[in-house]
Amino acid sequence: MAESIQEREQEIIEEFEFFPEWMEKYEHLIELGKSLPLIDEQYKTEDNLIKGCQSRVWLHADREDDSIKYSADSDAIITKGIIALMIRVLNDQKPDDIINADLDFINKIGLKEHLSPTRSNGLVSMVKQMKFYALAHQAKQ
Amino acid sequence: MADTATKSISIPDNASFISDFPILKREVNGHKLVYLDNAASAQKPKKVIQAIEDYYFNEHSNVHRGIHYLSQLATDRYEAARERMRKFINAESTKEIIFTKGCTDGINLVAAAFAKAHLNKGDEIVITEMEHHSNIVPWQMACADKGAKLVVARVDDRGMIDMADLKSKLSDRTKLVSVVHISNALGTINPVKEIVAEAKKFNAYTLIDGAQAAPHGGIDVQDIGCDFYVFSGHKMYGPTGSGILYGKESVLEDMPPYQGGGEMIKTVTFEKTTYNELPFKYEAGTPNMAAAIGLAAAADFMDDFGIDKIAEIENKLLAYATERLSQIEGLRIIGTADSKTSVLSFVVDGTHPSDIGSIIDKLGIAVRTGHHCTQPLMDKYGLPGTCRASFAAYNTLEEVDLLTNGVKRAVKMLR
Repeated sequence: MAESIQEREQEIIEEFEFFPEWMEKYEHLIELGKSLPLIDEQYKTEDNLIKGCQSRVWLHADREDDSIKYSADSDAIITKGIIALMIRVLNDQKPDDIINADLDFINKIGLKEHLSPTRSNGLVSMVKQMKFYALAHQAKQ
Repeated sequence: MADTATKSISIPDNASFISDFPILKREVNGHKLVYLDNAASAQKPKKVIQAIEDYYFNEHSNVHRGIHYLSQLATDRYEAARERMRKFINAESTKEIIFTKGCTDGINLVAAAFAKAHLNKGDEIVITEMEHHSNIVPWQMACADKGAKLVVARVDDRGMIDMADLKSKLSDRTKLVSVVHISNALGTINPVKEIVAEAKKFNAYTLIDGAQAAPHGGIDVQDIGCDFYVFSGHKMYGPTGSGILYGKESVLEDMPPYQGGGEMIKTVTFEKTTYNELPFKYEAGTPNMAAAIGLAAAADFMDDFGIDKIAEIENKLLAYATERLSQIEGLRIIGTADSKTSVLSFVVDGTHPSDIGSIIDKLGIAVRTGHHCTQPLMDKYGLPGTCRASFAAYNTLEEVDLLTNGVKRAVKMLR
């Protein structure tokens, strides 16, 4: 049994408590971004592309039994770091839980501005898209 | 400071200019604000803020219609602002000065009214690859509406209009040529007088998008010879929601109104309406008087300090920033035209502009990142966007040092 979304969010919040300074926080995000497994090249298509004014995001979802596996990429590394966190929280979770996740941990670790709908870096649209995949998966079940 | 350059340059004293801008004293993310996003919007001096405040405190009423004292006072102030802006661009008459919401509003007005009057199937409108979306989309809409064609002249690798290509694209089918005076993404100053002269050989109308030129002053529409010239107030230290459309009187006379309503009419019956004279024909509804008065105050403010001094400071800041940033390994300046204003667009190998922008924001430094509303230009250069630092006369050499050190720090974190 995988950890719940909330448990994983709590883990990340505790992890970021080690980085009170913005610079350490960003360095950690950059490391996470660099470690994010790249999306399989075949999925880096126009269809999977989420365009933001600032940066681009590619998102792919695979359905496995009753859960979803995401892979993603971005041309901006800080965006990619935040994507890594999102994937860590939502991967292998049940569609129902994904749809209802409020993902407030981004706010709690002090990265709220990156998820602002006005920032237009593709992240907000990515979260919507992740939930959309979950919804589609649920409908098929 | 970890890394301070021995300055090879000095700028005229701008301490009094800086102190005119209250917002520049504020802190951002624990650092004193370094505002280098002037090409997006300039900050406002006390003189402009006070002009708006005075208007609302003492002079406001509706214009052009009242018999009472305040209405007359507001009208006088509003029309004095029009005269001030006529002078700012050396137009022949105040009939040629239309107050708008801004540059985009002005282009949309022309695109709609001009298309109605002059654009037919098979006609062509010529623009360039370096246009802002607001000088692309209104023409696309007008062309789609009328079955006309949008023709795009090439820009070279340094960010200059390929004049041979532009000339080759002009023909008897060309109805209008619409070109940006100064590129917002690259800083290139275009040879607009020459372009207008070329367009005239084919009796084509001309519009110049002066959004980035207005903050530097010294515009002379009679010398340029264009039919239309548009700009926004907020980039020239004036209020948001203010702008000017200049149009040659005879050209404006030949076009129908844009919006209908109060102010723009002479007589109205249900059968027929006759329209007001210029410039009121194009100012339907109660105008933004406070913005117009604030804009005139901005023009005064620029003149008080001196257009030449503003230009000297900006040019020296650009030269110094170009020199300093060029020393960063892997940094590439996008836009290296012979003639430029104080816009410095750059990318750094192995990093993304938005990452650099996010990191230096934490140091209190405001730059713009992204495609700068010039997606076709970024696509042409194969870039996801750039970081753009744009300088105003309240910036300093020390701020250029802070920018340089900030970018260095960001690059070190990102690589």
